[in-house]
Amino acid sequence: MSAAPVDLPRWADTALVPLVSVAAALAVSGLVVLGIGESPLEATALLLRGALGSAEGIGFTLYYTTNFIFTGLAVAVAFHAGLFNIGGEGQATIAGIFAALACLWLAPLPGLLLVPLAILAAAAGGALYGFIPGWLQATRGSHVVITTIMFNFLAATLTVYLLVEVIGKPGSMQPETPEFAAHAVLTPMHRLLAPLGITLPATPLNSAFLLALAALVAVWALIFRSRLGYAIRTVGANPRAAAYAGISPARITMVAMAISGALAGGLAVNEVMGVQHRLLLDFTAGYGFVGIAVALMGRGHPVGVALAALLFGVLYQGGAELSFDKPSITRDMVVVIGGVIILFAGALDGLFRRAVAALLLMRGR
Amino acid sequence: MEWIATLAVILDSAIRLSVPLLCAAMAGLWSERAGVVDIGLEGKMLIAAFASAVIAAQSGSAWAGLGAGILASVILSLVHGFAAITWRGNQIVSGVAINMLAAGLTVILGNAWFGQGGRTPTLEGAARFGEITLPFAQTLREHVPGFGLIYDEVISGQSAPAYLALLAVVLTALVLKRTRFGLRLRAVGENPAAVDTAGISVAGLRYGAVIICGVLCGLGGTYLAVSQSAGFLPHITAGKGFIALAAVIFANWRPWPALWACLLFGGLDAVAIRLQGVALPGIGQVPVQAIQALPYLMTVILLAGFIGRSTPPKAAGLPYVKER
Amino acid sequence: MTPPAIALTGISKRFGPVQANRDVSLSVAAGSIHGIVGENGAGKSTLMSILYGFYEADAGEIAVAGRPCVIRTPADAIALGIGMVHQHFMLVETLSVVENVVLGAEGGAWLSGGVKRARAELSRLSEAYGLAIDPDAIVGDLSVGLQQRVEILKALYRGAQILILDEPTAVLTPPEADQLFALLRALREQGKTVILITHKLREIMAVTDRVSVMRRGEMVAHLATAETSPPEIAEAMVGRRVLLRVETEARPRGAKVLEAVGLDMVDARGVALLSGIDLTLHEGEIVGIAGVAGNGQSELLEVLAGLAQPSRGVVRLNGQVLTSADRNPARLRKLGLMHVPEDRLRTGLVTAFPAAENAILGYQDDAELGPGPFLSPSTISARARETFAAYDVRPPDPALKTAKFSGGNQQKIVLAREIERAPKVLLVGQPTRGVDIGAIEAIHRRLIALRDSGVAILLVSVELEEVMALSDRILAMSGGRITGERMAGDADERDLGLLMAGVTGEAA
Repeated sequence: MSAAPVDLPRWADTALVPLVSVAAALAVSGLVVLGIGESPLEATALLLRGALGSAEGIGFTLYYTTNFIFTGLAVAVAFHAGLFNIGGEGQATIAGIFAALACLWLAPLPGLLLVPLAILAAAAGGALYGFIPGWLQATRGSHVVITTIMFNFLAATLTVYLLVEVIGKPGSMQPETPEFAAHAVLTPMHRLLAPLGITLPATPLNSAFLLALAALVAVWALIFRSRLGYAIRTVGANPRAAAYAGISPARITMVAMAISGALAGGLAVNEVMGVQHRLLLDFTAGYGFVGIAVALMGRGHPVGVALAALLFGVLYQGGAELSFDKPSITRDMVVVIGGVIILFAGALDGLFRRAVAALLLMRGR
Repeated sequence: MEWIATLAVILDSAIRLSVPLLCAAMAGLWSERAGVVDIGLEGKMLIAAFASAVIAAQSGSAWAGLGAGILASVILSLVHGFAAITWRGNQIVSGVAINMLAAGLTVILGNAWFGQGGRTPTLEGAARFGEITLPFAQTLREHVPGFGLIYDEVISGQSAPAYLALLAVVLTALVLKRTRFGLRLRAVGENPAAVDTAGISVAGLRYGAVIICGVLCGLGGTYLAVSQSAGFLPHITAGKGFIALAAVIFANWRPWPALWACLLFGGLDAVAIRLQGVALPGIGQVPVQAIQALPYLMTVILLAGFIGRSTPPKAAGLPYVKER
Repeated sequence: MTPPAIALTGISKRFGPVQANRDVSLSVAAGSIHGIVGENGAGKSTLMSILYGFYEADAGEIAVAGRPCVIRTPADAIALGIGMVHQHFMLVETLSVVENVVLGAEGGAWLSGGVKRARAELSRLSEAYGLAIDPDAIVGDLSVGLQQRVEILKALYRGAQILILDEPTAVLTPPEADQLFALLRALREQGKTVILITHKLREIMAVTDRVSVMRRGEMVAHLATAETSPPEIAEAMVGRRVLLRVETEARPRGAKVLEAVGLDMVDARGVALLSGIDLTLHEGEIVGIAGVAGNGQSELLEVLAGLAQPSRGVVRLNGQVLTSADRNPARLRKLGLMHVPEDRLRTGLVTAFPAAENAILGYQDDAELGPGPFLSPSTISARARETFAAYDVRPPDPALKTAKFSGGNQQKIVLAREIERAPKVLLVGQPTRGVDIGAIEAIHRRLIALRDSGVAILLVSVELEEVMALSDRILAMSGGRITGERMAGDADERDLGLLMAGVTGEAA
């Protein structure tokens, strides 16, 4: 049976508990691999080699990491305000629409102006689509969780409609927009670094990665160094104390959801503007949901989010490579791992804290 | 009489599309009336669809498939219960985890076992639930104009899980309203402390509800893979678990209104399919997506209190902790 | 001779660091109404929850009707004929009266039989005790008084011979309370035993045969109601503590700083929480509010601090009428009105934060805490270190999680935060609740020094001794009203006790 929350030393709380739950999640996934008749050790070796064994692999890994940084940060910021934003997929989708419209409609502008504007459009689209559920919770009492679930589907339906009926590529059977002009897209990393004498193989990794790193720093500064972040954390930890301190929980709910949505929009920047160079269906591909695992595992801290995002980047890229060698292990393995991590690091946190506390106690004796 | 034939076709299609919604909605209703929020209906239906298709294909029996589907779904339910009831974890987080777990596992296992991109072998004969023709279907069709046709096309000729789903609605309504278990369950979702002080186990009731939820999701998932389709396809549930959630909210957590909400949402789906590419007189072409979006949109509007009022069970989503 | 209906011997119960009950013994005569009084947190509810099987005692014995027994769950208690009406009703608001009554005692897998029996029994009980109620009404639609009636019926339906009522009148209007007392007397006539938990002395005097007094988890007195008096009970409840008498010299009071006129407040159910409060605070004085907990002091503090809105009345700060825009905590702090809340853990602190971050709670927008939109951790931490040293917060570690400080040191963090910013008016609620003796003295000295520097202080405390030790002027509150005012020199405990009990007529 469970009881009161367990009190753990800080290092155990912030590092050991997530590590133990991730290790347990990986072990469970190993069992799945074993269950389909493959060797987990061999699979792990192939996976690591695929993800980190070559410059190309690393490029792909960091490209995936970029997506997870954005979606992980989005969930983390909402968590700090005591909100659960499951709407990262939808917010990224709307951000993608905004970015695509900017890239298509503002094409006459020079790239130096167009690209930042399109990035801002993506952030604004995501922010708007996050703000509305926040506003509905703050003023109408409808729960953010259910609203964001419904909003995910609404965003997907809207994209289909737009791509099929409105901004689709004429004559194409694929639901997608025409390709953006060459000056409307983000620079791939291998071209960005070429003038510096660094030669990299061509990978989808692009300047959005730098944006993601900037977002990590910005979120850290926001949450842990700014007055707004202080207000967000206060509302998340103790809404009564927030009211006592003159902070409006309703206002913070809306602001935090908007920021969360804007961060989710980073996924669209990387995918739509950085890689696909057009808007297509389902470009969010579940990254938004894995972001929940990233945030939970990273304990909501940007450093943790960065590490967790990197882990998932490795799993994604390594998983893709692995499935070439072992067709029976598809990349959906990563979804399983994500699910188990969410279960262990999120819903069963109490169990793992208890287990870690028992371990520490045993060692202390 | 042409329109009656059209109506019958649409109604038939609406019912077929409603059955999985109905199962998941009843499942969600049980769980949430007991105070356990479940956004993992989708995942449980998915795993049930997969397990039922696999076992039906292996055993050649659709009923064995149903058993396997229910078992797989109940196992995930118990995982949710373990996290939400025993460890008082966040129920939303647990639901998300279960959805991802099911989405990943079904594809991996399907691919590893059958190597067809996650599809399971096509079900034939007794491995798939066939249509059951009710008595007098043919007679009524021939002799009673209108109703006879509807009876034959819509009411008769559904598969066993479809009739079971309808039975589930009747039983849910009956048990909730008229039995001791139902009373206690309604009470535990509103005020678990009242149940505890009456000397009844809160955890026991909630586990019971969660298991029933698993059984019903199992039925819904099995219907998808072993009746509606002839096997499992990746992501075969396609968001039906979430529409069911919307239907539960729409029905204010009550069985009969949930039936109507599911029929409405299933009907919208049927109409959307029917209207694809058809220009309506005076309106022109209605985008299919607009109709598909309606359930989600209506739920958001309802939740925000712009139309009607939704009052979830008061203790839904809250782990029960004895207060000091 | 009949054995006592209930005999508790040596009951102890600890919740983490809190000793809620310490070696408590109690004997309740069969067929009597027995009152248990004590301040909030004195351990009355815990004791009764143990008797009802909601918690298990760490030590001690229970005998019901002379037979020793073990009560592990409410089901055990119900089987022994014990029924309880909780302070927060254990009712399911969406269910009907009869469904609530049968819950847990349905008598079969199908409801129809049990419901039928319950209807018959309800109508019998209704007639026997005058407890008329519509069995099909939805409980949530009923008035609080009727809901309580359902709770009582629930217990009686289960065959309760011993009925425990926890603060039953807290939510009742006076006529409803009188009806309840009539019912309790009727139950006694029928040979049932009633245990009444309350902190209202009027009720004890009105209805009980005997009264037991609890203080800080211990049983301190057993009295026969006919042979005691409200002041005697009040004294036992509040207790005499060896408090250092802080040197206070009478000073001429300064200008009016805070003035409240005709404040009313009603809750969502329409029950009056504050009625016609008039209050004036001058520079350099401490005005103490004396009252038994739950008589409107908390609401008064919240209204003055901008955390709740009054339904009527005017507040002036420095002669300016506060508009509704002014009545929020952030704005009031800027105007010089600071607030040390009664419940520091739930309201005054974010216990998950490091101490330094709590030292700026409410002041997070102050310009000196960092450039522009940012907060400077080094500034915050340096300031915290300084104030922690000045206020002797131990350990003086700004990075330590606030939850890890003792109650006294947490309170010093809050107090330091509010005093540091040079308030003109300071509202202080329960400054020393859960604080050890050493820290109490330090906190009292702070408040006196602050008053001497010209700050107007409103002190709310359920510790009468504390109010008397610190205040220049004392207002007694009862039932949401101010029932009397005394200058510090003229006040004595007996007199204040009567005012706190709402007895205003004879005292003069």
